[in-house]
Amino acid sequence: MHTRHLLRTAVLGLALGALAPFAAHAADPPLKVGLLEDISGDLAFMGMPKLHGSQLAVEEINKSGGILGRQIELIHLDPQGDNARYQEFARRLLNRDKVDVLIGGITSASREAVRPIVDRTKTPYFYTNQYEGGVCDASMISMGAVPEQQFSTLIPWMVEKFGKKVYVIAADYNFGQISAEWNRKIMKDLGGEVVGEEFIPLGVSQFAQTIQNIQKAKPDWLLTINVGAAQDSFFEQAAAANLNLPMGSSIKVMLGFEHKRFKPPALNNMHATANWFEEIDTPEAEAFKKRWKAKFPDEMYINDMGYNAYNALYMYKTLVEKAKSTKLEDMRKVIAAGDACIDAPEGKVCIDPKSQHTSHRMRLISVGPKHEVKVEKDYGTIQPYWLGEIGCDLTKKNDKDQYTPSHLPKKS
Amino acid sequence: MSAEVFSVFYQFADVFAFLILSAAGLAIVFGMMGVINMAHGEFIMCGAYVTVGLVNLGVPLPIAQILAAITAGLIGVVVEYLIVRRFYKRPLDSLLATWGLSLIVTQSMLLIVGSSVRGIGTPEGSFAIGDYTFSSYRLVLFAAAVAVLVGLFIVFMKTRFGVIARATMQNAAMARALGARTGRIYAISFGIGAGLAGLCGALYAPTMTLIPTMGATFVVESFVTVVIGGANVLLGTAPAALLLAAIRMTLNASYGQIIGQIGMLVAVILIIRVLPEGLSSVLVRRGR
Repeated sequence: MHTRHLLRTAVLGLALGALAPFAAHAADPPLKVGLLEDISGDLAFMGMPKLHGSQLAVEEINKSGGILGRQIELIHLDPQGDNARYQEFARRLLNRDKVDVLIGGITSASREAVRPIVDRTKTPYFYTNQYEGGVCDASMISMGAVPEQQFSTLIPWMVEKFGKKVYVIAADYNFGQISAEWNRKIMKDLGGEVVGEEFIPLGVSQFAQTIQNIQKAKPDWLLTINVGAAQDSFFEQAAAANLNLPMGSSIKVMLGFEHKRFKPPALNNMHATANWFEEIDTPEAEAFKKRWKAKFPDEMYINDMGYNAYNALYMYKTLVEKAKSTKLEDMRKVIAAGDACIDAPEGKVCIDPKSQHTSHRMRLISVGPKHEVKVEKDYGTIQPYWLGEIGCDLTKKNDKDQYTPSHLPKKS
Repeated sequence: MSAEVFSVFYQFADVFAFLILSAAGLAIVFGMMGVINMAHGEFIMCGAYVTVGLVNLGVPLPIAQILAAITAGLIGVVVEYLIVRRFYKRPLDSLLATWGLSLIVTQSMLLIVGSSVRGIGTPEGSFAIGDYTFSSYRLVLFAAAVAVLVGLFIVFMKTRFGVIARATMQNAAMARALGARTGRIYAISFGIGAGLAGLCGALYAPTMTLIPTMGATFVVESFVTVVIGGANVLLGTAPAALLLAAIRMTLNASYGQIIGQIGMLVAVILIIRVLPEGLSSVLVRRGR
């Protein structure tokens, strides 16, 4: 593997007529990127595109000369959706393999399992998923969208379009619970009403009772933040029972590609706000999809996590090159200067200095009866402002807490 | 009001069908034959994947489901011949062997067909009573569960094969001495168990996400039902499913899915504490 890389880059170097300066760099040891992504277990269908996105980015970066002239060595481990294994593998990558950066994790539970382990080292950690928001951690850089980018756009739109009564079905762990809290807060601000909330243990696949509870509560629309393959069976069963309610979500379609996995019209009338979905057709997005499909022709869907995983490596490259160092503290100086931006397939995205979260161009998409995806509204670029507003400032202090609307930082 | 009553029946029927269909195959393999079959979920998964594969080839759903059950049954016979046969006197080793098999099968499926397969959609049809709408297919599942129970009753109580099979399970040496071909009986019984698991997967395939580990969602329920039921399939599994469905349905309706799940498992612990031999031991004793 290694020799093949060297050979390939050597040929490239010759072609550019720049062999001499390159040869000096080739002697540098490769940068080690530790990757934790589920490619088996309940979440494998979402994790597989994450691995592929990372592999694509690594291949592209290596071909174009690496980072500061150093090649990237990707070390991927599969935690199989098991949080204990996430911790074990994170320790192995950090302590034994001495990776320069750690990337990955799917559920918020896996992120929270890994975070304390990363915090004890001086290694940067990139979390590449959209999530329930609020993590103010000096070691963590978040590449995905957060509630002020997803819920603050989606929920008002759903309320305006469909009505003030919402029923929530959520996975019963931190992501579902905190997302539901965000929904309560935003619904309250809008004068709406949460007519029911149901938290479902991971792995539950039968929803006849839930469907009836929903019908009893008579909501105007549903917020579906159920997680994983088993819980996604809800959509098929709701469609079979002719539930026929508009649905909104922060994770469906662009992340779990339920509209590709289920037969139409199970996902009809679903709405989501996303920074990426495969149906984006800008020239940059088309070029990106073409490169991806060339390498992974069998990919069912390039999901938003896989896309963010791809961007994470380019963001890492930018940070290292601007800092001229792979040290976390040097990279954070670049972030603090407000200078950490990349030209992503969605457009330019930048890391917010205070929270180390990423700005995104958000679009509201809807799914039709034939599972066609339509852009309903383009919000332009939205900053991840919430953490900064409530007092998280990683340019000034090294916090490592997660905040929610009901758990705010102490005023000092 | 009638809508509420029907809704209670519907929820009960739904949980009952899930328990019976997941447990029927295991009731024979584990309940009667004493093989701790950790690969039960993988036979279910096999039934689901074969169904979806056949439907995508244009086979009508009901025929695909029957073919899927038969496929799982035939694979079961092969598995019995190659692996399970060696472990009849070593139940704990059968646990390890079938667990290993289940790991190999799930990971191979992941490698061969990928992490997720596009679903085929539940057959059309829903009906409304009062404010509620219901999926008709769920009633088909309930009917299938009842049919499986009736079918098992007929096979094991009314046929010559059933008599010999029960004799073999009870005392293999004596049955062999009386001329029963016990090896073949074991193979066929295991095949029926695997086929019923395949049928479960085939029936639930249109309602679920297909992933290689999908069998796992059925396994807890099936083992719980069989353990509560005890050694007698007909007098054990059905009453166990009735009881557990009633408990789970009530708790689900009043307190939500989490309490429903916890409540069912607590009930199981209590029942095993009081009746270590399962429900069928009491029912059999009463019957005498």
